[in-house]
Amino acid sequence: MTKLLKNLGEAIEKCNLRDGMTISFHHHLRNGDFVLNMVLFEVAKKGIKDITVAASSIFPIHEPLVNYMKQGIVTKVIANYISGPVAEAISKGYLQKPAVMMTHGGRPRAIENGELHIDIAFIAAPTCDDYGNMNGVYGRAACGSLGYAVSDAQFADYVVAVTDNLVPYPACPIEINQTCVDYVVVEDSIGDPSGIVSGTTKITKDPVGLKIAKIAAQVIEASGLIKQDVSFQTGAGGTALAVAAEIKRIMKEQDIVGSFASGGITGYISEMLKEGIFKNIFDVQCFDLEAIESYRENPKHQGMSSSMYANPDNKGCVVDKLDVVVLGATEIDLDFNVNVTTGSNGMIMGGSGGHSDTAAGAKLAVVVTNLIKARIPVIRDRVTTITTPGKSIDVLVTERGVAVNPKRQDLYEKLKAYGIEIKDISELKEIAEKITGKPKTIDFSDKVVAIVEYRDGTVIDKVKKIN
Amino acid sequence: MSNFRRTMLFMPGDNPGMLQSAPILGADSVILDLEDAVSLTEKDSARILVTEAIKFLDYSGVELVVRINPLDTEFSLLDIDNISRVKPDALMIPKASIDDISEVDRKLTRIEEEQGFYIGTIKLIPIIETAFGLEKVYEIIMTSKRVEAVLLGGEDLTSDFEINRTKTGEEIFYARCRISAACRAAGVDAIDTPFTDINDMEGLIKDTLKAKSLGYKGKAVINPRQIDSIHKVFTPDSREIKYALRVLEARDEALGKGIGVFSMDGKMVDAPVISRAVRIIELAKLFNIIK
Repeated sequence: MTKLLKNLGEAIEKCNLRDGMTISFHHHLRNGDFVLNMVLFEVAKKGIKDITVAASSIFPIHEPLVNYMKQGIVTKVIANYISGPVAEAISKGYLQKPAVMMTHGGRPRAIENGELHIDIAFIAAPTCDDYGNMNGVYGRAACGSLGYAVSDAQFADYVVAVTDNLVPYPACPIEINQTCVDYVVVEDSIGDPSGIVSGTTKITKDPVGLKIAKIAAQVIEASGLIKQDVSFQTGAGGTALAVAAEIKRIMKEQDIVGSFASGGITGYISEMLKEGIFKNIFDVQCFDLEAIESYRENPKHQGMSSSMYANPDNKGCVVDKLDVVVLGATEIDLDFNVNVTTGSNGMIMGGSGGHSDTAAGAKLAVVVTNLIKARIPVIRDRVTTITTPGKSIDVLVTERGVAVNPKRQDLYEKLKAYGIEIKDISELKEIAEKITGKPKTIDFSDKVVAIVEYRDGTVIDKVKKIN
Repeated sequence: MSNFRRTMLFMPGDNPGMLQSAPILGADSVILDLEDAVSLTEKDSARILVTEAIKFLDYSGVELVVRINPLDTEFSLLDIDNISRVKPDALMIPKASIDDISEVDRKLTRIEEEQGFYIGTIKLIPIIETAFGLEKVYEIIMTSKRVEAVLLGGEDLTSDFEINRTKTGEEIFYARCRISAACRAAGVDAIDTPFTDINDMEGLIKDTLKAKSLGYKGKAVINPRQIDSIHKVFTPDSREIKYALRVLEARDEALGKGIGVFSMDGKMVDAPVISRAVRIIELAKLFNIIK
């Protein structure tokens, strides 16, 4: 018995794809993904239109999607993160229906409770057998954890595994198993390894970034959360990793072993597991080859689905157990609302990803950022788009000072006692504007091009079309 | 302006980003450099950039020093004229000679009078980096009341001597001693030459300890990464502070009993030991380590 089909065209037929349906993809192959483009090519060839693409994230490599949008083949996009030409096209109003921007926790929530109904899930599988068992740890397009694909696999009407590495049955270790999979298609290549592995997994050398990291680590230490069994998550950027390095130093000095590190995992965090700084890792996606290897070899490097990671509606997600998370920000306002969705020109350039999920779950959410980025102040009267509500953000750390959310009087006292100088966020804003001047307001039209959903499904903001 | 110069961070005067971040990188002093960091074709634009930066940015948390071009170049006059009007804390004078310091002092006095500044506001930090400067260092310092510190320029000095510059620094040992002694005699700060291997933290600490042991009050810095290590060397650590507190306690006890010289831990404690302890506690209070 086999589930193998000749090609994607046959899969689309067998799954009965019709106008108006929703197809889904995961983003573990990041900017090296070929699968989304290949599937849409076949969809277009068959003359099917009005499709909703629910991809967990969209990258510059998905540029062909822009033309499909303009032609009405794709009329709606649902994603947790959108960057590159597709983001620009959506901002300029080329998508017929408003895009929906969800979070890493909100997407599986919506899939699992039926709000987001997926007709066909196309799952890029770096390794797969002819019955649909798949993993991401072997193969040319190895990507590690397949956490973002799990809810799709479990709840979609049809599931098609797309692989370039068909192996004899069974394809152990199995991350997504045969009981969810309808068909398997083999292609020459499902992705470009150089685009799969992220470029941002080195600690920053920039002295300002290093200073921010040092202050952030002091803030975290002052909070009292660095003690035995602490849990920690940080982003993959240069400054975020510098914070991890400082935390590692503090934990080593005080002989502290953490219970887990979580999130998107880099080689740096994997090293910390090897060195015994943390006992476990919860991995929803691997950012580089070291992380993939650690995930493959070390049983304490545990994968997690995006639902287990951050779905607020299941029986308990990992972010609920998180002590400290270090986050970035494109903008932050006087109420501590954070924007990581739109850039300073109003264009979509990202999205929550796990930002609002981790901020909501963690005991301490620390935003680290330069006060001024490319001559534009990061602190605004009001963010262009709310990605994460201010109530979940506790501290802002910039190179010119630390601001504490007024709702966290307890934290304020702890930081003061430690000797950390705290400024009002409005004072930091003034310091920035003294250097840069007040930024111009962006000229938006009234047309809504994207709806921003919070992790619980409520609409927390809308993105308008750029004029 | 800070009271101490444990670190003096060189920042290129033609780089707007670095001019902007200079005051927050943690150094006690920042030196905005118009000399070696700036190419000949960019001297004028760097001068303008630094002038505007001083006017516009907030350097209140650090000592603000500008290294002008040597007085035997065509650039120095315009440097002095423009920069002094925006009132940096000090000008740093490369390859300083007695005549150079004398001339700059006169010019600064005239400009301060014109601008209505308090006469003597702008200080001077000569760099000793020639054999002649090394020979005349005490006189150079005494030429002007504005001189508050002296920087040893190890690279140019060894070049003048036509000898090799090494990490371990034996070749500059005499220069270090001579400058330190002259500074001490004149009552100004001796600042040590930078350590140029920015990846060798251990070497940096060894070099800084050598300078400290010879009486240097601080060290020039060419990369912000070096700042923390140098501060650690020049800041009393908890062991030193504990010992100093014990000495002062024992002194008070001895005073109470009418004894002048006493022993502690089997060692004689006399006036120099007590002064050293007083100095350590003063520094500890200055750096907010103790109240």
